[in-house]
Amino acid sequence: MAIASVHVHQVTKQFNGTPALDNISFDTGNGELFGFIGPDGAGKTTLFRILTTLLLADSGTCTVAGYDVVKDYKAIRNICGYMPGRFSLYQDLTVEENLRFFATIFGTTIDENYHLVKDIYQQIEPFRNRKAGQLSGGMKQKLALSCAMIHKPDVLFLDEPTTGVDAVSRVEFWDMLKRLKNSGITILVSTPYMDEAGLCDRVALMQNGRIMTISTPGEVISSYPLSLLSVKAGDIYRLLGELRAYPGVHSVYAFGQTAHVSFSGQQIERQQMFDFLKSNNHASVEISVIEPSIEDCFMELMNNPVEKQTN
Amino acid sequence: MRTILYIIQKEFLQVFRNKSMLPIIFVLPVIQLIILVNAATYEMKHIRVSVVDLDLSGTSRKLVSKFQGSPFYQVKHTSFSYAEAEDEMKKGKTDMILQVPSGFEKKLLTEGMAKVQFVINAINGQSAGLTNAYSTMILLDYNREVVLDNNNPALMAGIRTIQTDYSYWYNPKLNYKTYMVPGILVLLVTIIGLLLSGMNIVREVEIGTIEQINVTPINKIQFIAGKLLPFWIIGLFELAFGLAVGKLLFNIPMEGNLGLIFLSAAVYLFVILSFGLLISTVTSTQQQAMLVSFFFMVVFILMSGLFTSIESMPEWAQKLDRLNPVMYFIRIMRMVLLKGSGFADISSHFWSLVVYAVCSLGLAILRYRKVS
Repeated sequence: MAIASVHVHQVTKQFNGTPALDNISFDTGNGELFGFIGPDGAGKTTLFRILTTLLLADSGTCTVAGYDVVKDYKAIRNICGYMPGRFSLYQDLTVEENLRFFATIFGTTIDENYHLVKDIYQQIEPFRNRKAGQLSGGMKQKLALSCAMIHKPDVLFLDEPTTGVDAVSRVEFWDMLKRLKNSGITILVSTPYMDEAGLCDRVALMQNGRIMTISTPGEVISSYPLSLLSVKAGDIYRLLGELRAYPGVHSVYAFGQTAHVSFSGQQIERQQMFDFLKSNNHASVEISVIEPSIEDCFMELMNNPVEKQTN
Repeated sequence: MRTILYIIQKEFLQVFRNKSMLPIIFVLPVIQLIILVNAATYEMKHIRVSVVDLDLSGTSRKLVSKFQGSPFYQVKHTSFSYAEAEDEMKKGKTDMILQVPSGFEKKLLTEGMAKVQFVINAINGQSAGLTNAYSTMILLDYNREVVLDNNNPALMAGIRTIQTDYSYWYNPKLNYKTYMVPGILVLLVTIIGLLLSGMNIVREVEIGTIEQINVTPINKIQFIAGKLLPFWIIGLFELAFGLAVGKLLFNIPMEGNLGLIFLSAAVYLFVILSFGLLISTVTSTQQQAMLVSFFFMVVFILMSGLFTSIESMPEWAQKLDRLNPVMYFIRIMRMVLLKGSGFADISSHFWSLVVYAVCSLGLAILRYRKVS
């Protein structure tokens, strides 16, 4: 197996003076499933476009599988698979025609690498004579992944592959990524969904063109410096305001129908808060201690950036 | 080379899957040839005349019947009041008033000279000029007859005419269709080439498929070749199809070597296709590409000599026209098809197209970027 790691050193990219990437550095291991987690506009797509030789960085160096993205861009185009965030296959060609086209322009055939895409492609094979434009969102993603895989790439870049895909298909998709990873392919994947972070080997949390932290999902969670309470009550709007004013509270974020309240140490007594909310006429108050999720960590890092960890 | 073939194969697959494409390729040329060739004509067939004959003599009636007998004129209205005839023209019902004053016959026989009046609607200067020319010819003809009929010495004395005999070369019957068909074919090839090629690449940008293509090992030359060649083939096919339709429907002459036509077309299509490619590199949506293509197309075609002759343009326009590829190809088409010109006759036009093709293709390739 070739060295399929990706090294990025101090990469910066600006668009008309607005920084899209601000001094980004990271290294991935061989055969790692590396996730970039961050909201829209964090710079994930820009980073992927630079790594896939579609965009030139203003400064900094990147190598993909040992090849420089500027000097050896031709070599990179032979060993990379890229799945853009937007569906970019020919909608007026059928499933099979798309796959065959991408196989042939890489100088290979479907038969030769069928084993690589078999798991994924089998699911859409019944529709192989259907035009790609008429597939459902999940099937489109499977086809796009098949097309990105058909030339047996060493490194796979997946830009928000699960955006706009239903929950069931998302789970399926991540299962497929796991299997691909096991066959030794290095996978870089970006997603705005925090819950997907736990499925990666390591994640980089990104915000405003910067990487806030890089570590395993477990480490991200264990390095969360605060304690967390999940608070539930009828009137979530009033609840948020009152909790923010509560003494000792570090931050309050709404997570669906509950509020996550963070504080340092053991300053807050659950019973005390319960009584306080009761006295403020909140109905059906529930308070429980919870473990932080990646999203809690992300919120904390976003608002209180610590020195970037290196490992 | 194999990669280029795969791209071409893919393009053809897409072209023929596009529902509007086959009608464009097969129906458009027929309709254009039928409509444009028959409609865009300068021949005056139905000049509508209003006759105001105030003399009502044998001689004046003979003059009127001369107009009635001509295939070019249609007497639409007769009246004894000039004002009434003028009203008809104002309403747009007639194109010309023929007024014969009273005492016309008498004056002609006694004094050997009389006057009639033509009033011609000259909103369209070109057709007014032609109407005038036709009418004058009829009058001259009539003059000669009057002299001979009456055997009037007073008239005979004034007759000193020089007879001119003429014949029209390369288009002896002055058949306008013969002249138009080659030009319309150029128009056709231009539209197909310019619109389809430019729009095709922009479409990949618009839909985002270019992103996926750009990360593949396909290089610039392969991509451009794969994009241009299908439309080059379609363009040449279109020309062959158009020529066949022209031959069948209008029996256009094909005096020269058809191989020469296709050789020139092959070069010309490269010019047009690279123009389309160039447009696609400066636009980002199909709509923009369409508008820019249209702008160039209108200018090129109106200045190409298709409808108006280049020789009557002002000198600066004629000089500017050297940049107009459509002009060269229309000339080549007409020269080869109507005159039977050989390569030596068209060589200057041909080499101009070659230079043009090399420059525009080079520029287009230079401008096209895979990295944004």
